[in-house]
Amino acid sequence: MRNNLDVKLAFGVMALLLIMVGFLQSWGVALAILNLCLISAVMSMGVNIQWGYSGLINFGVMGFLAIGGFATIVISVPPVTEAWSAGGFGIILSGLILFTLIAGIFYLHQKFQSKYKNYLLFFLVISVIPIMKLASGPSISAIESIDAATSGFLGGFDLPIILSWFFGAIFAAIVAFIIGKVCLGLRSDYLAISTLLISGIVVSFVKHEEWLTRGVKNVTGLKRPVPFEVDLQNSDWFINFVEFLFKERLSKITNLDEKIISLNDLVMTSSSIFVKLSFSIIFSIVLITILVFSEKALRSPWGRMMRAIRDNEDAAKAMGKNVVKRHLHIFMIGSAIIGFSGAMLVTYDGLFTPASYQPLRYTFIIWVMVLLGGTGNNYGAILGAFVVWFIWIESAPAALFLINTLMSQVDNTNQLKIHLIDSIPYFRYLMMGLGLLVVMRYRPKGLLPEKIIKS
Amino acid sequence: MDFLNAIALLTNYIIVPALTYGSQLALGAIGVTLIYGVLRFANFAYGDLMAFATMVVILTTWYLQSLGITLGFLPTALLALPIGIIATIILSLFFDKTVFKYYRDKKSEPVILIVVSIGVMFILNAIVRIIIGPGDVIFMDGARFIIKAGEFKKMSGLNEGIALKSTQVITFITTIITCSILFYFLNKTKTGKSMRAYSNNEDLALLSGIDPTKIIIYTWVIVSILATIAGTLYCLDKSFKPLSYWNNLLPIFAATIVGGIGNPLGAFYGGFVIAFTEIGLTYAYKKFLVYILPEQLEPSSLVQYISTDYKFAISFAILVTVLIYRPNGIFKGKVI
Repeated sequence: MRNNLDVKLAFGVMALLLIMVGFLQSWGVALAILNLCLISAVMSMGVNIQWGYSGLINFGVMGFLAIGGFATIVISVPPVTEAWSAGGFGIILSGLILFTLIAGIFYLHQKFQSKYKNYLLFFLVISVIPIMKLASGPSISAIESIDAATSGFLGGFDLPIILSWFFGAIFAAIVAFIIGKVCLGLRSDYLAISTLLISGIVVSFVKHEEWLTRGVKNVTGLKRPVPFEVDLQNSDWFINFVEFLFKERLSKITNLDEKIISLNDLVMTSSSIFVKLSFSIIFSIVLITILVFSEKALRSPWGRMMRAIRDNEDAAKAMGKNVVKRHLHIFMIGSAIIGFSGAMLVTYDGLFTPASYQPLRYTFIIWVMVLLGGTGNNYGAILGAFVVWFIWIESAPAALFLINTLMSQVDNTNQLKIHLIDSIPYFRYLMMGLGLLVVMRYRPKGLLPEKIIKS
Repeated sequence: MDFLNAIALLTNYIIVPALTYGSQLALGAIGVTLIYGVLRFANFAYGDLMAFATMVVILTTWYLQSLGITLGFLPTALLALPIGIIATIILSLFFDKTVFKYYRDKKSEPVILIVVSIGVMFILNAIVRIIIGPGDVIFMDGARFIIKAGEFKKMSGLNEGIALKSTQVITFITTIITCSILFYFLNKTKTGKSMRAYSNNEDLALLSGIDPTKIIIYTWVIVSILATIAGTLYCLDKSFKPLSYWNNLLPIFAATIVGGIGNPLGAFYGGFVIAFTEIGLTYAYKKFLVYILPEQLEPSSLVQYISTDYKFAISFAILVTVLIYRPNGIFKGKVI
């Protein structure tokens, strides 16, 4: 990125805004916004790879995020041994049956030639559900009945949670492969609707298969790649570190008791900031790595081929490019990145709440990020994520401020004012919609348009 | 007797609910399909358009109720429908003029129009939730049941009752009337024919002197009427919740594609196909089989194909099946 004044300017303004939040509200809020901006940036890069690089419309972002979140459970949660001994065998057996069925269906689809092939496949696919129900039903109810209030699920493999990010990507890529095989041949609007429906199915799977994910009962207390606040507050090196940082401020306080109290306060706030900062560093490393790779990919022959396919599919086909295969690959790569970010999101939150996956929040906002930032331009997608997430968080205080200033004459018991203040969370949707429409109309290529790469 | 009981059971738990749900889907799907046929894009804002229309109807109903005007045993909401329709028409035409017209004139790709409709969706969603709040709104009045399950049991002497809610009957009858008028309009009147011509072949229609602006206005008017009726019927039957319209949009899309996108008659049938499969596959047939099978064969499990949690999955599975075997839908699509 040489001589890209607009990029530098845009990110400079963004950094300034975040610093302003730090001074005006608090550094904790600023870092929280930054962290979610970073995670959203990874998500929007995943969408950008699909939509910006090759023009595939994927409205199933929510589903892939849920898969990433699911990976954190399966990989990092300690296994529930009683559940495994109660139903583990049945689950493994039915998993094998499912695998054979799917493999058989794919094998038949490719090798079997007959007039009735389609009908046979149809009945095979339909029969999967009852067979699975028969095979796994008893073990599922056995697992769910064990300690239902606190556990009632299989648990995971007790591995480090960072590993689950990669598994989130792998799981998402596998699901994307299956979806891609079925749907990628469809026209763009059909593809949009199908992916949207599939993401609904994925989320309802995660929500209702309690033996696997605890479903709507949520999984809390996940591991972290960074230390917990409580541990920091009790460790000597951290307290010494804080004391060293705020030496000047502390030296002004003469009373010993007051000194200890203020030191405690400082340790409290700094521990949460320290945790958030470490998260920011890890997320930035991830983001920059992905950014470097996707920029390299964009400039490679592969990126050129992708752009050729996007801009003129027929011409690319005529040049001997296998468009279907390339589409499948890019669909898998983009979905893997989205799955990765989904795992990051759950890790950062520290809990997995399947019921919170809503298409408005987890599919369309990500799309607004990409479209607003600039399709086909990675820096644009990242900027879009930052801007949109910033607006998303800060529009509530802004709306409150606006209502209070505009209606300062009006009594606080006024029904309209109370109603408006109650509905503040929905103003952000209004902002998103208006922002999207304005950008689509006046800057259809986004804030940072795609650069034409000559190579 | 057992056989009659089994029939009554099915009627109560499958046929009546599916006819109601199917009517709601059919009305919605016709709206989506008309927009697709004439304006050539899948309108993601349609669910929230229905929510907006219903909101206006609810507000008007509250006003009428406060004046003491009711419709006797019919819900007052029916009286408020015209106001809702007018408000929705104004809103649709406003969005068409400010948003969609620009892209139509530019002949943008359908994907761009989908994205724009998502912007409209966000705005409508916010407006509805700001005005009426996100929670459940119940405003039903009039008679609740036409036949209660207990009364039916007494009348017929069967073990199984059939309950018929008044809203279910209203939904079905209104849908049939609306669709008959609509199909008469599309097939017999000059304006309807010109709409079909425009949908079928834009250039040819323009050549024969059909005014596109008029066609588009007509389309939005019809779509708004359908959205208001469908939205109101849905919330009379269930309850009003802004987000539930969004969830309803997905089966509506499925119904549209299954029926052949752009084909209103197909969308009508598509709605019922989706509704019957969804309810038929999630119903537990144990009791039904107990009635009709001899004792030795009685099932021990619920005999349910898939649990109700996966209603989504069914509409999608139908969609995929149709797309694989008949990519243009069960009925040929892309012709009004």
